[in-house]
Amino acid sequence: MSPKALTPLLNVTDLHKSFGTNKVLRGIDFSVQSGEVLALIGPSGSGKTTALRCLNGLESPDSGVVSFAGGPEVTFQPGLPAKKAQVLRDRSAMVFQGHHLFPHLTVLQNVTIGPLQVQRRPREEVMSRANELLERVGLEQKSSDYPSSLSGGQQQRVGIVRALMLQPDLLLFDEPTSALDPELVGEVLSVIKELAQEGWSMVLVTHELAFARDVADTVVFMDDGVVVERGPAAQVLGNPTHERTKAFVQRLLHPF
Amino acid sequence: MDSLWQLALDSLWPMVSGALTATIPLAIISFVLGLAVALMVALMRISANKVVSGIARGYISIIRGTPLLVQLFVIFYGLPSLGVTIDPWPSAIIAFTLNVGGYAAEIIRAAILSVPGGQWEAGYTIGMSKTRTLYKLILPQAARVAIPPLSNTFISLVKDTSLASMILVTEMFRRAQEIAATTYEFMLLYMEAAAIYWVICLVLSAVQDRMESRLEKYVA
Repeated sequence: MSPKALTPLLNVTDLHKSFGTNKVLRGIDFSVQSGEVLALIGPSGSGKTTALRCLNGLESPDSGVVSFAGGPEVTFQPGLPAKKAQVLRDRSAMVFQGHHLFPHLTVLQNVTIGPLQVQRRPREEVMSRANELLERVGLEQKSSDYPSSLSGGQQQRVGIVRALMLQPDLLLFDEPTSALDPELVGEVLSVIKELAQEGWSMVLVTHELAFARDVADTVVFMDDGVVVERGPAAQVLGNPTHERTKAFVQRLLHPF
Repeated sequence: MDSLWQLALDSLWPMVSGALTATIPLAIISFVLGLAVALMVALMRISANKVVSGIARGYISIIRGTPLLVQLFVIFYGLPSLGVTIDPWPSAIIAFTLNVGGYAAEIIRAAILSVPGGQWEAGYTIGMSKTRTLYKLILPQAARVAIPPLSNTFISLVKDTSLASMILVTEMFRRAQEIAATTYEFMLLYMEAAAIYWVICLVLSAVQDRMESRLEKYVA
């Protein structure tokens, strides 16, 4: 991994979130530098997906601060109107586990509706960018098809293009391959890896430890709503210092 | 027998023209207005605000819990005693609109809720507001789910417009009644009216089928 300039991009400070009596996040801090790939790993229920969703304003933490360098900065508190967190979407874009493509729109419409109707960018620029990105992920032939006629891996690649089309500064991936058949995982991971190598900043929630080790600069291990360990990917995954991290990495690498 | 055929033929045009000038326009106008009411009521019903959703709930309950004929009579014969007099046509449109509004609200509500929550979130993450997500992403998908039950509502409405004859709207069935009153051929004329309603509904069912297959692709 080439050394990257340390320009701060995102700062997350002391996120707390409860669903009823269930404390999902109990004080989460991390930061992302420009060009950095950060993998959030941890057992199911550790709060990693919730933490990721907070970055995009899909979840409202009870307290904490999500701050992008150069703005926006959102200080969460109970009763904060959902609209106040929407500004975070100006900087980040989300790729969902279940892709959530719009079934009534073609592939091309799926990836251009945001730039055209929300960002109101010039049609010509948007269309040529969309075709370029669809070609890059190998789907230029599919642009007038509907999502239901694509395979799971193709759908997820469209989901990635939809996020890229928004020109975000930070890409958020929520277990982008967990819902896929095993033989389709590779095609999606290789797209993400390419994006990482191109210098996209991303936060990636994943269970694919080998992939995280390969692609991520930094790994943050979460358990039970707190960050247990963080550090360079090779160190956290190869030589974890904390007992809980060790147990988790062992379990995933050697399940039987 | 010849004279019966002659009467059937002679009465056909007055009745068909009654369908074209009253039954069908009444049904279409009331249905379109009723859908607008229904969408509003459905959104109120989904609202997290207890008062707002309570109002919608009460409205739906009253509309569904009272006969359409009673609703028509309250508006046309009842309101004048409160000093509000409304002509037959507008009375009929108001009553049918409110009626469709109550029934279709539940259909639209269920259709909106049938769209997976991830679609809302996907709309938000591409920067759309709640309102825009609703109109651009959720309603087109909900439409596919809502069309069969809404078609039923519309077909029922076409037939229910015959009740407007009770508040002096000269629609198709009232034409049949008028001709029957002078010729005493009740069986013939009411069967003829029934046949015309049936033909209209056959056409509507065919339209419904076409719309459903056109919207097939909207299903995830």
